[in-house]
Amino acid sequence: MTTSADLQVHDQDEHHHDSGGDTVFGFWIYIMSDCILFATLFATYAVMSGSFAGQITPKELFDLNFVLGETALLLFSSFTFGMAMLYAHKKSMRGMITWLLITFALGLGFLGMELFEFYHFSHEGATPQTSGYWSAFYGLVATHGLHVTGGLIWMLILFAHFKRDGFSDANMVRLACLSLFWHFLDVIWICVFSVVYLMGVM
Amino acid sequence: MSTQNNSTADGHSSDTHGPGGAAHGSVKEYVLGLLISIILTGIAFYVVMFEVVSPALTLVVILATAVAQVMVQLVFFLHMNTSSEQIWNTTSAAFIIIIVAILIVGSVWIMSHLNHNMMIGH
Amino acid sequence: MSSKATIVTEPDIIFGKLTLDVIPFTDPVILPVMIACMLGGIGLFALITKMGKWGYLWNEWLTSVDHKRIGVMYIIVAIVMLVRGFSDALMMRAQQAFATADEVGAGFLPPEHYDQIFTAHGTIMIFFVAMPLVIGLMNVVVPLQIGARDVAFPFLNSLSFWLFVVGALLVNISLFVGEFAATGWLAYPPLSGIEYSPWVGVDYWLWALQISGIGTLLTGVNFFVTIMKMRAPGMRLMQMPVFTWTSLCANILIVISFPILTVTITLLTLDRYIGTHFFTNDLGGNQMMYVNLIWAWGHPEVYILILPAFGVFSEVTATFSRKRLFGYTSLIWATLVIMVLSFVVWLHHFFTMGSGASVNAFFGIATMIISVPTGVKIFNWLFTMYKGRVEFSASMWWTISFLFTFTIGGMTGVMLAIPAADFVLHNSLFLIAHFHNVIIGGAVFGYFAGLTYWFPKATGFMLDEKLGKISCALWTVGFFVAFMPLYILGFNGMTRRLNYYDNPEWTMLLWVAAFGAIIVLAGITVQLWMGYVSIRDRDQNRDLTGDPWNGRTLEWATSSPPPFYNFAKMPKIHDRDEHQYKKDHGMAYEVPENYTPIHMPKNTWCGIVMSGFALMMGFAMVWHIWWMAIVGFVGIFASLIIYSFERDKDYYVQVDVIEPLEEAHLVHANPTGLRAMQDKKSSLEA
Repeated sequence: MTTSADLQVHDQDEHHHDSGGDTVFGFWIYIMSDCILFATLFATYAVMSGSFAGQITPKELFDLNFVLGETALLLFSSFTFGMAMLYAHKKSMRGMITWLLITFALGLGFLGMELFEFYHFSHEGATPQTSGYWSAFYGLVATHGLHVTGGLIWMLILFAHFKRDGFSDANMVRLACLSLFWHFLDVIWICVFSVVYLMGVM
Repeated sequence: MSTQNNSTADGHSSDTHGPGGAAHGSVKEYVLGLLISIILTGIAFYVVMFEVVSPALTLVVILATAVAQVMVQLVFFLHMNTSSEQIWNTTSAAFIIIIVAILIVGSVWIMSHLNHNMMIGH
Repeated sequence: MSSKATIVTEPDIIFGKLTLDVIPFTDPVILPVMIACMLGGIGLFALITKMGKWGYLWNEWLTSVDHKRIGVMYIIVAIVMLVRGFSDALMMRAQQAFATADEVGAGFLPPEHYDQIFTAHGTIMIFFVAMPLVIGLMNVVVPLQIGARDVAFPFLNSLSFWLFVVGALLVNISLFVGEFAATGWLAYPPLSGIEYSPWVGVDYWLWALQISGIGTLLTGVNFFVTIMKMRAPGMRLMQMPVFTWTSLCANILIVISFPILTVTITLLTLDRYIGTHFFTNDLGGNQMMYVNLIWAWGHPEVYILILPAFGVFSEVTATFSRKRLFGYTSLIWATLVIMVLSFVVWLHHFFTMGSGASVNAFFGIATMIISVPTGVKIFNWLFTMYKGRVEFSASMWWTISFLFTFTIGGMTGVMLAIPAADFVLHNSLFLIAHFHNVIIGGAVFGYFAGLTYWFPKATGFMLDEKLGKISCALWTVGFFVAFMPLYILGFNGMTRRLNYYDNPEWTMLLWVAAFGAIIVLAGITVQLWMGYVSIRDRDQNRDLTGDPWNGRTLEWATSSPPPFYNFAKMPKIHDRDEHQYKKDHGMAYEVPENYTPIHMPKNTWCGIVMSGFALMMGFAMVWHIWWMAIVGFVGIFASLIIYSFERDKDYYVQVDVIEPLEEAHLVHANPTGLRAMQDKKSSLEA
């Protein structure tokens, strides 16, 4: 790692691009495509928002206090990830790991709440198989949940990367990508609680 | 946040570029972003949970706070701006928002007209 | 294919729904194909083993991250799949020619087999022929045109290719194990739902598209970043070659449209596997939402296929007219306008759904507007040729044939854009004729022009020009003979996908169409023969200078085939037609005083291994073999994680490797310059 980094300095002509920046940019473009993925799910949800087929409706099930709790967890986790980034840029391993662990716990809490909610809804008679509406609901919300799960697993792997290589360039790029991903999931959640839950109980 | 944290992190915040020119902001930015987000979330939940205004206005408030909060997070957490390092990130995001709007509004428009004409849900 | 009696309703824990009965041993059409494929496969395996080439294949090709080699592999797979897809086309034409109500009977294909053939034909031709040809050409050409050493993410490029191969393999496996979808190439529900397609055909379709679609999405991200971030120093956006521009737009369209496909077919998968109600008839499902979403992807997809072909024509026309491209700026803007507008026309694929006059009017008008920038491009090419010294090479033949054919296809497209006319013509053979007119006459002719044009760049020797022109003539004539009758039949009310019809007036024209398909077959045969002849005579056809056509853009500045690092010295860009500029100013093939080590990515096992697991998962999901699906799924991510912990991913190419490679090129491209430099160096040493 160090040898190639040293060579890069001498070798401007052969490196007309900064590959770390390209990776983060590439990941940003991937996130843009993920926006379209969620947009498709939101469009499906919007079109099917009235397709109850005489089955149970969201109004009977949604509990906004519960959703507010989920929202708080995810919003704070977005903030704590930002703190972890600041410590990473100060090359403070202790600070970064601490904030990342808090982020991880908040994310896990969110995921636990979501799973509990799904379990609860299913028991009340709202499964993905119940009606078009509930298919669209689970399709959208669970896709977000799957992304959060992916982010958590990625965070665990990142711990191993940092444990082995410390603040290497490659690890900083990985961290920057995960940070984009995590903030993006919070942005998507804003749309989910506004469109699905808040409008759902109106 | 303790003030000590604030000052130490701020002390380094003049160097806001990680590898690859990705900006990473400052404690002040994150705290401000968090506070505004909490306020906006609070407003949205408040108007729905306590039914303080008419349904139409509630809808407007929900959408407005959602859009505002997305913008806040993009700026304060994702550090989007129009500097030369960020310009293509910002441009691509603006373009994606247009496409997202076309996809969602278009689908809803098409399908609602279809449902109306086919007398689905009537 | 196997009768429905073999459907296993209670999947076995080990084998899922898989039994020996699912292999169609008794089918008179499939059995010979299966035996031929097995013998061919065994023969190929034995040949490679006998020649001891497995190590070479693995090290130099299968694990390669070199964009040029990945491009070549894309194109080879595409040609194999073209032969498969075209066999389907021949069977369809033969079936319809025979299937009249009179003494011949109902043709030779039973409905369930015929339905699989037209589904496979469409799926293969779009996803596994056209897409890999586009992406293959982009792989070979784009990094060279922008003066880059490789793409932005070489490993992802390898992974994209192998995921695409997995999709192609799943489609081919379906021929021998089970069945393929019998639903038409876009698998509309409720026909593609579990109720009406209870067996594995639609599942093969779903997983083949899902896996290869993810590969395509990665390609889109990869090439977008490559073009935006890795251009040679000095190359501004408005100095990029047109093929790079059109590739950029195509990749943007991939990034913004393929997620829609991913979601849409995932939702259909959920409907089929766990019983959700997205697109079902009952419990609030809405099958028209599927149609809406699949075309929101499908229409941009059309432009993903055609835009790079437009880029090829621009390069070919400028090179062989020995002129700068006429109206570069207008052509780029036309491309950008098409790119954006391609997202607001999707409803024209389902005008008859019943959204009503206001919706149809909007999308009809948008569709007519999108034809305007396309028309602008036609004039760009015509005026480039005007007063040029046009050299009628084989790639120019394809271009001129395209100009005629595509213009006709475009005009019938505008006819279909009128909602009122579409109510008469939709779902008829008129539509079939229209989209083959633009896809064959536009996209495919473009890919063939590009293959002819860049073949020497990729391989180091030329394709036989005379055979190329013969195949172009056969394709063109064959196309018109095959598809003009379909326009007439469409007007006369013949709908698409008919296995049988009782109107004897149509028979004559269907025989003409079948004859046209045979002419196209002759064209393909000549192309394969051309490939053989060109490889056989490669020592006479070598391209030693790297610039066989007197080309204008940067890819012609390096050797043919280029060294794996593309350029020993990063070119500095002065002009839109950079290579022409350098030739005009006596700056071409400059001999550098010294070389410096080059940073390059190492080959990796990870792309092909991950895709191996993806194949395992896809096949297991089709057959409901859950344990194997889990192994495949875990394997995919385990491989990726292991790869992320590898340290040894890149290396430096040393000067003693670079120098002989560069001199082998310069000795032909610039012998005097090389000799002068060698004299200078030896005098310095003395």
